[in-house]
Amino acid sequence: MGSIVDARGLSCPQPVMLVLKEMERIQKGEIVILVDTDTSKENVCRLAASRGWEVKSIEPGGAGYKIVIEKG
Amino acid sequence: MGQRRFTFFSTRKGIIVSGAVIGVLATVLQKFGNPPNMGVCVACFERDIAGALGLHRTEVVQYMRPEIIGIVLGSCLASLFYGEFRPRGGSSPVVRFILGFFAMTGALIFLGCPWRALLRLAGGDGNAIFGIAGLVVGIWIGTLFFEHGYNLGRSQSTQKTAGWIMPGIMASFLVLMLVFPQIPGQEKSGVLFYSVKGPGSMHALLAVSLIFGLIIGFIAQRSRFCTVGGIRDLILFRQTHLLFGIVALALAAFVSNLILGQFRPGFENQPIAHSMSLWNFLGMVLAGLAYTLAGGCPGRQLFLSGEGDGDAAIFVLGMIVGAAISHNFGIASSPQGIGPYTVPALITGLAVCSIIGLTMREK
Repeated sequence: MGSIVDARGLSCPQPVMLVLKEMERIQKGEIVILVDTDTSKENVCRLAASRGWEVKSIEPGGAGYKIVIEKG
Repeated sequence: MGQRRFTFFSTRKGIIVSGAVIGVLATVLQKFGNPPNMGVCVACFERDIAGALGLHRTEVVQYMRPEIIGIVLGSCLASLFYGEFRPRGGSSPVVRFILGFFAMTGALIFLGCPWRALLRLAGGDGNAIFGIAGLVVGIWIGTLFFEHGYNLGRSQSTQKTAGWIMPGIMASFLVLMLVFPQIPGQEKSGVLFYSVKGPGSMHALLAVSLIFGLIIGFIAQRSRFCTVGGIRDLILFRQTHLLFGIVALALAAFVSNLILGQFRPGFENQPIAHSMSLWNFLGMVLAGLAYTLAGGCPGRQLFLSGEGDGDAAIFVLGMIVGAAISHNFGIASSPQGIGPYTVPALITGLAVCSIIGLTMREK
């Protein structure tokens, strides 16, 4: 069971800060991230790529996206 | 569209193109009549709008700048076209209003937003270096607050009508301009104020300004161009994505200025600027701090307000009111230097932003 970061409704730079904090906390594994804007979605994907995490899936849901990232 | 991770404009090339387009269009607007080193300045132009509405009566800075109208409407169109128009709000609106207010106070002490700081530098105005240094320090202070838990709370999705308020205001401004067009040599046309002399009297044709604004708004909505974000993300995350946009804006404007014969290096007698370095620096510290606490540069706040973000819209309205009071109270600088009440306003602004940064934390 991976961890969940709910970044919905937060303005820059908080979604990326929250995800980064979670990445540093769990080091590896799976993180499920909820965002509500395309900007946050892009920023989270960009962060994942720069920190060596793989974006497993992006699903539209509710008023935003559910992003799953993973590091083995 | 939404499921794609990156569109062209969210790539490095995309952000570079965005910055370059703003740099080139701004310098070309100067050629077409906009004030020198002020092709597009979000702070100065919102201040001119405050003057056009009669909120302040500084005669030389009154014009309903179509660039600002175009930027908001261009962003609105892009967000509608790509399915990103999303009415939202409720993240500490009154705090954002005050942040907008003091962001404008700081900007008018320096005489420019971050875009104009870059345009001034690209035009050879050495005083911009102190402003940009102040901006970086202000943003750095802002990141310290974020690292210690600063948070304005979450926004919520809201009704469609709420998202349309800011685009609606801008569309109304355009209608006012068309109903009450400028009459040469006259200070007033119907309800609108116009400048007969000074920077407010210098402008490109309405249609040109509007179309250039629409292009900037459309492209920057797609790329999320943000000057404050560029410096902030470098400090917080060592990420350079948005920074490329800043560099592209400055370089493109510099090359464009060379081609158009608009590059005049120096510190003294630069257009619509003063050379009080300390106040140029401190003004931008205040502005940079306020922008960072509000989540983005004044241009970015316009783009966000166009895509339905009511919190960004409140920040913009705070800036317009801040411009009016800065001029009415003698806080804003002029080419002669700072105003009689610049210093107390600057101290108040830094104190208020610091209190907000220290006390607005996640519960």
